[in-house]
Amino acid sequence: MDIGKKLSHVVAIAAVAGLTLVAGTGSVIASGEAKHPEAQDWSFAGPFGKFDVASIQRGLQNYIENCSACHSMNQLAYRNLSSLGFNEDEVKEIASQYEVTDGPDDNGDMFDRPARPSDKFVLPFPNEQAARASNNGAFPPDLSLLAKANPGGPDYIFALLTGFVEEPPEDVELAEGMNYNPFFGGGQIAMAPPLFEDGIEYSDGTPATIEQQARDVANFLQWAAEPEMEDRKRIGWKVVLFLLVLSALLYAAKRQTWARLH
Amino acid sequence: MSAHTQPSGTGSGLVKWIDSRLPVFTYLQKEYGEFPAPRNFNYWWNFGAILSFMLVLMIFTGIFLAMQYTPHVDFAFDSVERIMRDVNYGWLLRYMHANGASFFFIAVYIHIFRGLYYGSYKNPRELLWIFGVVILVLMMATAFMGYVLPWGQLSLWGATVITSLFSAIPLVGDSIVTWLWGGFAVDNSTLNRFFSLHFLLPFVIVGVVALHVIALHVTGSNNPLGIDPKGPQDTIPFHPYYTAKDSFGLAIWITLFAAVVFFAPNFFGEPENYVRANPLVTPAEIVPEWYFLPFFAILRAVNFDVLFIDAKLGGVIAMFGSILVLFVVPWLDRSKVRSARFRPVYKWFFWILVLDCLLLGFVGGHPPDEKVFEGIEGLKFINLGHLGTAWYFFHFLVLLPLLGMFEKTRPLPTSIAEPVLGGGQSAAGAAAKPMEKA
Ligand code: HEC
Ligand code: HEM
Repeated sequence: MDIGKKLSHVVAIAAVAGLTLVAGTGSVIASGEAKHPEAQDWSFAGPFGKFDVASIQRGLQNYIENCSACHSMNQLAYRNLSSLGFNEDEVKEIASQYEVTDGPDDNGDMFDRPARPSDKFVLPFPNEQAARASNNGAFPPDLSLLAKANPGGPDYIFALLTGFVEEPPEDVELAEGMNYNPFFGGGQIAMAPPLFEDGIEYSDGTPATIEQQARDVANFLQWAAEPEMEDRKRIGWKVVLFLLVLSALLYAAKRQTWARLH
Repeated sequence: MSAHTQPSGTGSGLVKWIDSRLPVFTYLQKEYGEFPAPRNFNYWWNFGAILSFMLVLMIFTGIFLAMQYTPHVDFAFDSVERIMRDVNYGWLLRYMHANGASFFFIAVYIHIFRGLYYGSYKNPRELLWIFGVVILVLMMATAFMGYVLPWGQLSLWGATVITSLFSAIPLVGDSIVTWLWGGFAVDNSTLNRFFSLHFLLPFVIVGVVALHVIALHVTGSNNPLGIDPKGPQDTIPFHPYYTAKDSFGLAIWITLFAAVVFFAPNFFGEPENYVRANPLVTPAEIVPEWYFLPFFAILRAVNFDVLFIDAKLGGVIAMFGSILVLFVVPWLDRSKVRSARFRPVYKWFFWILVLDCLLLGFVGGHPPDEKVFEGIEGLKFINLGHLGTAWYFFHFLVLLPLLGMFEKTRPLPTSIAEPVLGGGQSAAGAAAKPMEKA
């Protein structure tokens, strides 16, 4: 085999593969003038990644206390919390803090009842108009898929929540009711900083720095966006290992078959 | 006449009974058992089997998704999330289907470039090639409509941008768009019809694939040397040799596919499509899926009027032209020599075309006025788009015909068996090929 030829082929193939990758990811990069969020270490990253359940639980508590007044999470049901280690009674307990409208009953009337585990997370506002009316015209987006609906993913969420700056740079003119945050497209966000140093008392006693809270919320939102992740990766390893063995066997079979030819 | 149509030797009583009434087993034996294939295929010949597998996979996963999916603007997004969260292994079905589309396109693009490199479109395989291009067009239509179904922001706005292109057609353009939409915007009736067509078209693809394969089995396969088999010493039965080789290649392919499905299922996707469609909010940037990016770049490259053709219509013509030109490649390429191995000049231009298509894909993913490099003022993506588009058409419309006339090709080997069986000194032996062995 001519080594030079072989090499040039390998180089060509590598160049093609490399360019394909660039082309594939290139489209993601350009999104407004927002500052690029710094990459964080996440327990769920990589093919062996696992959820940090304690952190997700704190994130849930934080969402309930600090965010759920404005942001819905319409893809989650209370029953989903059982996969975070809450038992049946605890899930019932969490759900029952909320009221849902049900009905009609036998008299044709609608009625309110405490939420059950099978109910979806109760929405803070009945509709978008109501949400805007209470937020100076801005709409607090649903958070269930936010962690994968943004190119920065959980890094973006962490950066945004820790990235509020009280005094905007001199060349920035803040509009009425806006806050400066370089990680948000345009630098101005209608949400006031939602997290405060010790603004929450975590039930597991973890000190509630802003960073800690932001990390917990990001972990929670990542779980909410991809609750199947751990199952997916666990099954993935079995499937990929099986396929590798199968490939090796098929390769051996192929060699043996072709050995009959000369 | 049953005695003649017996499948060779094997078969139980039932097989014989069926075969003498409907000779499916004879057919299989003839077309996939004994079918004489050139003995020198390399692994680039694996992609036909890979594509067949992907088509079946898309149909299977698609049918099961359709059992849970709701084609209505108010429910589509949530029904897809319900598949992801509440349907048993629904996430697996959906990730296989969404990434399956990407892998399907990777395979079909490799398959097409394989054909271009080895001249597989040349006499007598023109019709086989044309059926292939028809499959590509149908795949593009299918994938485009499929991407609308989850009804995210890019589903809605991608559909709006692409369908609006038809408004560039003089006189009837606007009526055509209204007719396509079934209304005055991309809305529920559009979603419904796209679902219906997205369900239908894959089965049309199956039909055209059948024609593609029948045509293949009439002319026989091309091979890396691009010369016809001269006799039995040049061919081997498809089974067991290529069934074994294809199975191995397919297993590797599925391994790569599984790695993406399980470990990076959103790698090929646009994050923005996880935002529910909203007709009142235009996304900052509307990009199609990666496999359409080269064509999108060509569409946007025409940003000037040509005579009475305005820029918009010009872009649409260029975009459709870039696909249509593939239909006439067998007649644009005047060279009698098929394989690029014996075409020293074409070989270079082939690789330049590959790079050009990758460049166009890169350009398609960026806004036209964005700077290519920070700090270099003059160079915007639109400039690269002009260059890439011009080269694309130059390659097919000018280079291919001219090369056929002026290129000095290398001497062809006298037979396939000669270089394969170790006639090392021959012209073909010198052009030995890394992927052939193994
Ligand atoms: C008082 C209401 C309110 C509360 C409480 C609140 N937010 Fe917001 N949030 C908003 C509004 C309004 C916006 C939209 C801002 C805009 O569009 O400029 C927003 C935007 C955001 C965004 C940006 C979304 C995007 O599209 O990129 C994130 C992330 C976010 N909020 C997270 C949180 C988290 C986490 C909490 C709880 C710790 C929280 N918010 C609490 C009102 C609120
Ligand atoms: C040529 C074969 C096919 C291709 C290339 C294709 C492509 C696609 C693509 C790109 C999507 C969007 C994926 C996403 O981002 O969510 C999609 C969705 C969908 N497809 Fe297909 N598809 C094919 C065959 C089929 C078939 C045969 C069916 C049904 C019989 C089907 C049913 C669906 C459904 C229900 C969805 C919406 C669910 C979802 O978005 O995941 N597909 N398809």
